[in-house]
Amino acid sequence: MMVELGRYAVPVLTAWGISAALIVGLIVQTLAAGARARRALEEVERRG
Amino acid sequence: MSIWEYANPVKFMRTSGAVLPWVAAAAAVSLPAGLLWGWLTPEDYKQGATVKIMFLHVPAAMMAINIWVMMLVASLIWLVRRHHVSALAARAAAPIGAVMTLVALVTGAVWGQPMWGTWWEWDPRLTSFLILFLFYLGYMALWGAVENPDSAADLTGVLCLVGSVFALLSRYAVNFWNQGLHQGASLSIAPGERMSAVYKYPLYLCMAGFFLLFLTLLLLRTRTEIRRRRTAALLAREVRA
Repeated sequence: MMVELGRYAVPVLTAWGISAALIVGLIVQTLAAGARARRALEEVERRG
Repeated sequence: MSIWEYANPVKFMRTSGAVLPWVAAAAAVSLPAGLLWGWLTPEDYKQGATVKIMFLHVPAAMMAINIWVMMLVASLIWLVRRHHVSALAARAAAPIGAVMTLVALVTGAVWGQPMWGTWWEWDPRLTSFLILFLFYLGYMALWGAVENPDSAADLTGVLCLVGSVFALLSRYAVNFWNQGLHQGASLSIAPGERMSAVYKYPLYLCMAGFFLLFLTLLLLRTRTEIRRRRTAALLAREVRA
């Protein structure tokens, strides 16, 4: 979907790009840490 | 039924496991919808296309302050009632708050450059937000630096109380010191229209989306913290046996 950003294309795309990267990074890190913690607990419970 | 039942980790895991898919689905719908609506809004007569930055900047700044307030409440519950889940929830919320504060700072700087002619100004609101970000980093570092989890929860709880001054300053700095570049609140329950409905409604949806995203991540991260705590307890039991 094309939106005309005119002379402000660089700041708008920069703000949206950096925000998207930070938020997606946070989501990925949250899911990865959750999966690691779940595996670690399952491993210890299996041993016990 | 009492709210304190959820301080029981087993009860919290069961309830959060049931609620999580619904909250995540609501976030997955509302946030992209709000951002898309915001992206498609027309140019502002003064700010041009940079008005689109508002749909990230305002919800992120709102969450940055409110997450610290949530951490304050959770820390007070820990300090007064010693419920472990509340301390772990405060710890789980900190990285989310730090990212929200960083998003608000970065988008603010990128927005400020074309509008104010500068990336940064030692303005009361900007400065208090930067200090709030440093408090988030310090809070996370303190959790990682103290080995005993109860001592870490005590110390970070006190740090959270101190940092709350800056969280409140971030919100009210513009009102306390009527100076600096940053404008006052755009959305207010006070009479008088400050923002066109063209921007206001997509902004409300973005704010709801950011809140639901926070809730989803908070539940996920608190569950992770509880699992880590349980793993550490079982490992300690193995060592003792």
